Amino acid sequence: MYEKDGEKYFIVDSHSHFWDASKENWVKGAEQYAKGWIDCFYGYHQLGPPETHWDWEKFLKVTPEDFERDMFVEGHVDYAVFQSTYLREWYAEGFNTVAQNAQTLEKWGEKLIVNGRFDPRDGQKGLDEFDADMAKYHHKGIKLYTAEWNGDSRGFKLTDPECYRFLQHAQDAGVKNVHVHKGPTIWPLDKDAFDVADVDHAATDFQDLNFIVEHVGLPRIEDFCFMAVQEPNVYAGLSVVVGGLMHARPKFFAKVMGELLFWVGEDKMLFGGDYNIWTPKWQVEGLVDWQMPDEDQFSDYPRLTTASKKKILGLNAARLYDIPVPAELQLQDEAVAQA
Amino acid sequence: MSAGPAFDTVERQAVWTALGTVLDPELDEPITDLDFVESCTVSPDGVVSVGLRLPTFFCAPNFSFLMVADAYDAVSAVPGVTRAEIALADHHASAEINGGVAAQAGFVGSFENSYQGEATAELDELRHTFISKSAMAGQDRVARPLVDIGVGPDELAVMTLGDVVGTVADTVELTRLRERRERVGLPAGDDAPLLLHADGSRVTTEQVPLHLRRARLQRVGIETNGEYCKSLLALRYAPEAAAR
Repeated sequence: MYEKDGEKYFIVDSHSHFWDASKENWVKGAEQYAKGWIDCFYGYHQLGPPETHWDWEKFLKVTPEDFERDMFVEGHVDYAVFQSTYLREWYAEGFNTVAQNAQTLEKWGEKLIVNGRFDPRDGQKGLDEFDADMAKYHHKGIKLYTAEWNGDSRGFKLTDPECYRFLQHAQDAGVKNVHVHKGPTIWPLDKDAFDVADVDHAATDFQDLNFIVEHVGLPRIEDFCFMAVQEPNVYAGLSVVVGGLMHARPKFFAKVMGELLFWVGEDKMLFGGDYNIWTPKWQVEGLVDWQMPDEDQFSDYPRLTTASKKKILGLNAARLYDIPVPAELQLQDEAVAQA
Repeated sequence: MSAGPAFDTVERQAVWTALGTVLDPELDEPITDLDFVESCTVSPDGVVSVGLRLPTFFCAPNFSFLMVADAYDAVSAVPGVTRAEIALADHHASAEINGGVAAQAGFVGSFENSYQGEATAELDELRHTFISKSAMAGQDRVARPLVDIGVGPDELAVMTLGDVVGTVADTVELTRLRERRERVGLPAGDDAPLLLHADGSRVTTEQVPLHLRRARLQRVGIETNGEYCKSLLALRYAPEAAAR
């Protein structure tokens, strides 16, 4: 919970990681990819305020104590949704597996939601693994990283028939939320790997699932917005938007927020701090203080009210994940309606 | 932003100018402005060596290939150049791209049997898609100054590119818009409508407000992407200068 000027904000960080990018975990022969991947993240890390920068070694792997302090003690986070990213082709034990995440569950289980994952290219073995994870963790959400390498494959699309089979299976098993992350390498290489058209089709065909597009489809925010405006079950994950732009490129942050508020709307935007690319503290505090600039070029973008900030910072995600919100942290009219 | 090395011979300046015609297809900006050209040397016998660099190790291989291939073509066409050697550094597909371009193997050929993945087609369609996006964004770049001085939907819907000439919107952006449209086969002459849907059809008065929103969103998308790329490139290659 974060309190400012007498207002209390319930914070759900809908996109965070607990990764192991330490050198010991780099796959032999694939070190350059493991290093290239985390170096990329480290570049983004440095787009945050200088006082929040860590040295590279620390960035590779944080301790559970770091995590607790950064998220729950200093970071104002009430609930965090943990995403899994396997990348087993590059990281021997996985970059950020369900099992790694689950270790932290033992300690902060009441504040964490660990999302599952599947890879449709794993076939029956993948379904079995998914079922085993579901039995253990009862995932409400899953994260799909379409650019992940797997054997000879360099990516998949949500519309692949095998992926549809997995999505149906996940939905039948009780999954509600699908976080989708686009990445640069996907088969075939001549197509635009960041194209979100497959999410559009899947969202139409799986009406009971919510699709949260991480990083709002960046670098294809226009394709994302044109899709999200037509699909009631598509949401904007703000990870990387807040962390990568709010400090480093404030004018562009304002423009992107303005576009999202217009096309997607404040009821479908979810804060994500993307730990440990960035810590949530400065992002939460900055977003609460933030307002659309007064200059003419921003004049026809919607404004953020205190209520809209409360929704974006936590209440929208709480709704998707059925997280109980204390009455005093709900929007006033909703709290009254429930009383 | 780099102003480029100070060249002392005409030919080297010509090489730099040629590199300035090479665009990052996603960002619609010259690779020279983006600081992607790390080095450029000309040997006495006319061999030009160009070193390119990108913001991240995982920048999409297809766009990366286009920039290296376009740089090769642009430099090769400069009078007096006997051979162009373009080397993309620090990229996960450097070997495939550099070797493929040098061998004129095309995109599919360059990635044949590659560990990085496989291509099934050349990149014409991809390039077309991104020039079309630039042409959409360009409508905001040209129309925005007109909107700002109060030109309304009625006028904008019937306005032609010729009508823009001599107004506040008659800037380099107008030239840029015409050039992008020509490249994707959209009308670009003086009688061409200022506002066009992506499929080339006209925008009605009623559609103007939302159309302008779409054009601006496209521009924000491209320019935001560009800001990320510039930030990450600076952090990768000049971290002291980039730290603020």
